[in-house]
Amino acid sequence: MKKRLICLVLGALMLLSMFAACQPGIDKSQASYALVTKSAGNPYNEKEAEGFEAVMKAVGVKAGNYIIRHPEAPTVDAQIKVIDSLISQGVSAIAIAANDANALSAKLQEAKAAGIKIVTLDSDVAPADRLTFCNQAGVQQVAQALVDAVYDIAGGEGEYAILSATSQATNQNAWIDAMKAIAAADAKYSKLTLVEVAYGDDENQKSTDQTQALLAKYPNLKVICAPTTVGIAAAAKVLQDKKSPVKLTGLGLPSEMAAYIGDDADHSCPYMFLWNPIDLGKLAAYASIALVNGDITGKVGDTFTAGDMENSPYTLTAVAGAESYSEIILGQPFKFDSGNIAEWAKIY
Amino acid sequence: MKFKEILRKITGNHEVSLALILVLMFIVVDILAGGTFHSGTNIADIFRNNALTLVMSLGMLLVLLTGGIDISITGVLAFSGMSIGLLMKNHVLDSIPLVPRCILLFIIAIAIGSCCGLINGFIIAKGKVSPIICTLGAMYVWRGMAYIISNSAWASAADVAGYSDFGKDGSVGPYIILAAAFIVFFILMKWTGFGRKVYAIGSNKEAAAISGINVDRVQIAVYTIMGSLAGLAGALSVSIYASAQPTMQTGTEMDVIAACVIGGVSMSGGRGTVLGTLLGGIFYAIVYKALPLVGLESIWQNLIKGVIILGVVIINVVTQRMMKRRNLARREI
Repeated sequence: MKKRLICLVLGALMLLSMFAACQPGIDKSQASYALVTKSAGNPYNEKEAEGFEAVMKAVGVKAGNYIIRHPEAPTVDAQIKVIDSLISQGVSAIAIAANDANALSAKLQEAKAAGIKIVTLDSDVAPADRLTFCNQAGVQQVAQALVDAVYDIAGGEGEYAILSATSQATNQNAWIDAMKAIAAADAKYSKLTLVEVAYGDDENQKSTDQTQALLAKYPNLKVICAPTTVGIAAAAKVLQDKKSPVKLTGLGLPSEMAAYIGDDADHSCPYMFLWNPIDLGKLAAYASIALVNGDITGKVGDTFTAGDMENSPYTLTAVAGAESYSEIILGQPFKFDSGNIAEWAKIY
Repeated sequence: MKFKEILRKITGNHEVSLALILVLMFIVVDILAGGTFHSGTNIADIFRNNALTLVMSLGMLLVLLTGGIDISITGVLAFSGMSIGLLMKNHVLDSIPLVPRCILLFIIAIAIGSCCGLINGFIIAKGKVSPIICTLGAMYVWRGMAYIISNSAWASAADVAGYSDFGKDGSVGPYIILAAAFIVFFILMKWTGFGRKVYAIGSNKEAAAISGINVDRVQIAVYTIMGSLAGLAGALSVSIYASAQPTMQTGTEMDVIAACVIGGVSMSGGRGTVLGTLLGGIFYAIVYKALPLVGLESIWQNLIKGVIILGVVIINVVTQRMMKRRNLARREI
C-alpha cells in the first residue's frame, strides 16, 4: 500500500516536472518581452509602461507576447515574486526598474541562467546582474543640473538642503553623492553649504514634517533640492502655503507640480527637472528587442536604432567606475519652468 | 506624607501620568531644538500634520474597546480620498459653488468610509470572523480599489485647487474638525448609553449579551463609525496635502494603533478613554515632529521612535499594575 502511494507520488512529480520543463520552450520566433516597474499606483511608472507598450505595438509584437507588471509595493520582495513568475513563463527579456541595487542579484542571476536577457531602466542593479542599463539621464548630468539650479536660485551663495526619498534609494543616493562631489570639486560652488540631507520616505506626511523641520532648524536656508516626485510636491506645498522665502528645485512630475511652478513670490518652485518617462520606457523596449534579436550583446560600443526616438541610434557607453559594463543614456534632463509647465502638465 | 499622596495620584491616574510625561518631553525637545519647538506655528503644524492620525485614533479607540482591531483604515482612507480626488480631477461637481461643493465632497468621502466600515462590521459581527483577519482582507481590497479607480494617476494640487484651501497652512479647518470630533466622542463615550454598551462589551461580551445588549448591533456600529472616520481622514488628507495618491498614508494604521496604546487603551478591550487617546495621539505627534528637529541622523529616527514607544508602554503597564495591586490591598483591609 505504502509502496504504491510512493510510486503514485513519484509518478505525479515526474509528470509535473515534464510540464515545467516544457513551459519555457515557447516557439523561438515568438519572442516575448516583460517590463517590471517599481510599483503600482505611481503615474511615473505608468508612463514608462505606456512608452514600452507603444514600441511593442509599433514593431508588431503580439498583444500576448509583451507583459507589463507593476508590483503591488515598491519593495524588492514584490519584484522577486514578479520575476519568479516571469521566469516560469519563459519570457525572452525582462526590463526592470530595480527597487534595490543588490537584493535582486540572486533572482536576476537565476533569470539569466534561464536564458532571459536582463535590461534595467530608471534604477540600476549591480552591473554584473544585467546586460545593459537604460539611464534616464546620466548621474553626472542630473547632479550637474541640480547643483547649477541650486547655485542659480540661491544667487551663488548660502545654505541649501536636500530632501530625498528613502535613505536606501539607489537613484537618489547616486545623484546626491554626485552633487556633493561636483560642489566640492569646483571653486564656483564653494560658497554653497549643504546643511542636511533629510529623508521623507516618499510619504506625504513624513516629507511635510521633514520640510517643516528644515525650515525651523535653518533660518538662513535659501534653497531646498528634492530629487524625488513625492518629496518635491510635499515640500512645494509647505513652502507655498507658508509663503516662505525658501525656494525649491529638484525632480518632479509636471502635472503634480504645475500649481507650484512660477517665477513670482506666490510660487515656491522657479523651475525643476525631469526626463520623459515615456521615452525611457520606449528606450527599454528597443534595447530589449535589440538584445533578443542579437543586434547588441550589451558590450560597450554596441549601437542600435530606436525607431523615431530623438537621439536614435543609441550607443552603449561605459559605466563610470565599472568601465567594462555598459549603459545607454537617454539624454539631458529636461527643464520645466513657468514657460512650458502648462503644456507638459497635460502630458504627464 | 503629602508627597506620597501626590505620587499616588500621579501613578494612580494614567491620564495624569501621561500628561506629565508629555510636558516633560515637550520641555526636553524644546531645549534640544534651541527653543524653537514651543512656537505657535510649530504647535499648529503638529496638530495639522497629525490630524489624520488623531481623528482615526478616536474610531480605533471604540474598536479596541470592544476587543477588536481594524487595520483596514488606511485602505479605506485611500479609497475615499482617491474617490473625491478623482471627482475633482474630472470636474464632475464643478457646477456647484465652491463651499457647498467642498461640504459635499466631505460627505461623499465619509459616506464611502461608512459603507466600507459597515461591511467590516457586518462580517465581523454576523459572520463571526476574527477582526484582524477580516480587516486584513479589507485593507487589501480597499487599497486595491484605490489603485484601480486611480488608474495609476494622482489627483494633483492643480486638480484639487480651492478644495485644498480648507486644509491649507493657516486655515482653521482641520483644527475645527479635530476639536469637534474629540468633543463629540468625549460626550458619546462618557454620557451616552452607547458609550456604556461599548465598554460593557469589551469588558465581558457574554455578560453584556445576557444583560440585554445587542452585541452584534453595537459591533457593527463601532466598525461603521471607524469607517466614517477613516473616510473623513481621507477627505482631510486630500485637503491638507493637496494631492490624492493611491499609496497615501500606507502604514499609518500602525501609528493610529500605537497612539491608542500609548494613551492607555487596552488591546484586549474594555479599558481606555477619549482623553487618554488624545494624549497618546499628541505624544506620538510630538515624537514624529521632534525627531527630525533635534538633530538626529535620519536613519536613526525609526529606531528611536520605536524605543520611545516601548518605553512609554512599559511605564504604562508598570503603573497600571501598581494601581491594581494598591486597589487589591485596599480591598483586603
